Amino acid sequence: MPQILLPAMSPTMEEGTLAKWLVAVGDVVKPGDVIAEIETDKATMELEADDGGTVAALLVAAGSEGVKVGTPIISITGEDEAPAPAPVAPPAAAPSPVAAITPEPTPAAIAPAVTAPAITAPEPASGPTRRQTVREALRDAMAEEMRGDGTVFVMGEEVAEYQGAYKVTQGLLEEFGPARVIDTPITEYGFAGLGTGAAMGGLKPVVEFMTFNFAMQAIDHIINSAAKTLYMSGGQMRCPIVFRGPNGAASRVAAQHSQNYGPWYASVPGLIVISPYDAADAKGLLKAAIRSPDPVVFLENELLYGQSFDVPEGEHVVPIGKARICRAGQHVTLVSYSIGVGVALQAAATLAAEGIEAEVIDLRTLRPLDRATVLASLKKTNRLVVVEEGWPTCSIASEIMAICMEDGFDDLDAPVLRVTNVDVPLPYAANLEKAALLKAEDVVAAARAVCYR
Amino acid sequence: MYRQMVLIRRFEERAGQLYGMGQIGGFCHLYIGQEAVVVGMQAELKRGDSIITGYRDHGHMLACGIDARAVMAELTGRAAGISRGKGGSMHMFSVEHGFFGGHGIVAAQVPLGAGLGFAHKYKGDGHIAVTYFGDGAANQGQVYESFNMAELWKLPVIFVIENNQYAMGTSVNRASSEDQLYRRGESFRVPGMQVDGMDVLAVRGAARTAIDWVRAGNGPVLMEMKTYRYRGHSMSDPAKYRSREEVQAMREKSDPIEGLKKEIIDGGFADEAALKAIDREVRDEVAESADFALEAPEPALSELHTDVLLGTY
Ligand SMILES: Cc1ncc(C[n+]2csc(CCOP(=O)(O)OP(=O)(O)O)c2C)c(N)n1
Ligand SMILES: [Mg+2]
Repeated sequence: MPQILLPAMSPTMEEGTLAKWLVAVGDVVKPGDVIAEIETDKATMELEADDGGTVAALLVAAGSEGVKVGTPIISITGEDEAPAPAPVAPPAAAPSPVAAITPEPTPAAIAPAVTAPAITAPEPASGPTRRQTVREALRDAMAEEMRGDGTVFVMGEEVAEYQGAYKVTQGLLEEFGPARVIDTPITEYGFAGLGTGAAMGGLKPVVEFMTFNFAMQAIDHIINSAAKTLYMSGGQMRCPIVFRGPNGAASRVAAQHSQNYGPWYASVPGLIVISPYDAADAKGLLKAAIRSPDPVVFLENELLYGQSFDVPEGEHVVPIGKARICRAGQHVTLVSYSIGVGVALQAAATLAAEGIEAEVIDLRTLRPLDRATVLASLKKTNRLVVVEEGWPTCSIASEIMAICMEDGFDDLDAPVLRVTNVDVPLPYAANLEKAALLKAEDVVAAARAVCYR
Repeated sequence: MYRQMVLIRRFEERAGQLYGMGQIGGFCHLYIGQEAVVVGMQAELKRGDSIITGYRDHGHMLACGIDARAVMAELTGRAAGISRGKGGSMHMFSVEHGFFGGHGIVAAQVPLGAGLGFAHKYKGDGHIAVTYFGDGAANQGQVYESFNMAELWKLPVIFVIENNQYAMGTSVNRASSEDQLYRRGESFRVPGMQVDGMDVLAVRGAARTAIDWVRAGNGPVLMEMKTYRYRGHSMSDPAKYRSREEVQAMREKSDPIEGLKKEIIDGGFADEAALKAIDREVRDEVAESADFALEAPEPALSELHTDVLLGTY
């Protein structure tokens, strides 16, 4: 009797909550009928029946949380005379013919190849904090700034009625209305230019790109229109705009949707470029970005959106241009930003077990870069490895290496190394993607190498 | 045409299931509901003509006659996939079949398609290019830049807007000041047609007219196909922006496969049993492609470094 397994309903979903059954045993369902509501990591989704039939059994109770992808949830007897194709694998626990004929991991075991470990290293908390996801922290930053300044508005694809393609703008339409939370057509070049013009005209736009891959359509306005205006007008014309959205590799979305633009934008004078790791910095830096009188490129990361961290209660603004030491150590310095910080912290934990104490620096702002914090740490440890989820060539890693050569040469006891993604377009196949992306074990190996261990 | 539409439908359903099992990753956009568009167009094209589309590309590949196993194996990221596992759902190509992708960036295929037409004209080979894009894509500036050049240079291109009424969660009239999209070429003097994209025979008839015009050297044509996607935008779309009733009403009243089935039976071209036999054949073909796609090995790790550049420097 065909069973339906809990499906993966997003690239990052590993488990879900069976919120509600919409059918009961004995009901006849047609193809396309909704049979259940499932809460995923991002949204509540409706599960449809592909084939018609009669519901024979509900295998998971409504309200069950943490149901793993691949668990059988319902049996439906077929309506077709022909033997129904067995579309579904048996439960992952039972010996599975699918697993037997393929070297693939079971669905539940498939996780994004770059897993940002949930190691948190909060700044010494000086006040009360609360647990928040990066997604919620970003939303709060926008909402707070919008409450405080009527010229701040949010614009982008699906930011209003859909509540954000990645749900970062959830609730903003409801609170601020359609005049300040604006759905655009799919026309990045146009709305990036329009936003830039609105900033020139005295407003403070927050322009969301669904992902920064699509900002390539608009990069002319970001660089030629926004970044250079102040300079070319001899200081007369300002452009206080924030371009924000997810950046870097996500999960299995392949070459056109998986690029880190940090190094691209960070090479442009006239721009501020920010790329936070944890929720507190995401909030504090986005607030600072919105308040900044300059154009800011604010690079988020989809794989971090769902991760939770401690965020200070109340007003929390983080200064632009300041790196953060998120783990102190004296043997080697690991410099990173965005999702790479999680990888560096994971490597530091492994290294600590071997007696190597790594100092982990989160750059947080890529332009202007906090040279002083990097050089002070190098002075202490005399060894440095850059950890970057991106290509190696002409990267932030290259820039840090140049800084170490120019101003830290006398402090170096070993060559600076960089650990990055492999220098190829990101492949789709699971094994190739994993091989191409940044890995903690490579960071550990590089740290050992510069410590001559 | 009936067989091709059923093949696309069953293939996509199976792909949806494999996604649910975690065997397909990333973004996966299904073509269910829109089958008549590509099947009707393809019926009038010649081998040697060029096709290009966006990320919702599985149906186009099957309609071009590409082996279902190679498409499915690309979806599961295996070495036997048509892009050797390196492209995935959104990035598939078959130069042999005149299928130039499979592009992940909304509307990027429109000037690329005009360029394919440019190449046909330049070479004087008598072939044409068809570039498919969505109602959402129709708002990108590069579409209009392409219209202008295509008409100016009388390129043999058909611009096909697959108007499935939504771009992700945004309905056409929330994004388009002129929502009669076939009129979007007027100021460039590109003739437009609006076609019932749920009726494969209507599509085929319109395709013939458009193709004759374009092949004769008269320049581009814009075809707006009114169609509908039954599933979410991609597998991770909760689809809260439209009602269940709207979707079910489309499925029940305008389904392209049911529509053609009725025409065939009412016209006495074949009986129910003959169509059932086709259904069974297609089911087997799809099941076989899925088995193949699950059994095929992953690409060798050395593939990571191949195909970045052709030359050695
Ligand atoms: C330049 C660009 N912007 C945004 C996206 C994200 N995106 C992918 S598909 C899509 C909706 C496109 O809708 P439409 O053109 O109507 O095509 P459909 O999906 O309906 O076939 C969006 C916004 C993208 N891939 N590329
Ligand atoms: Mg559409």
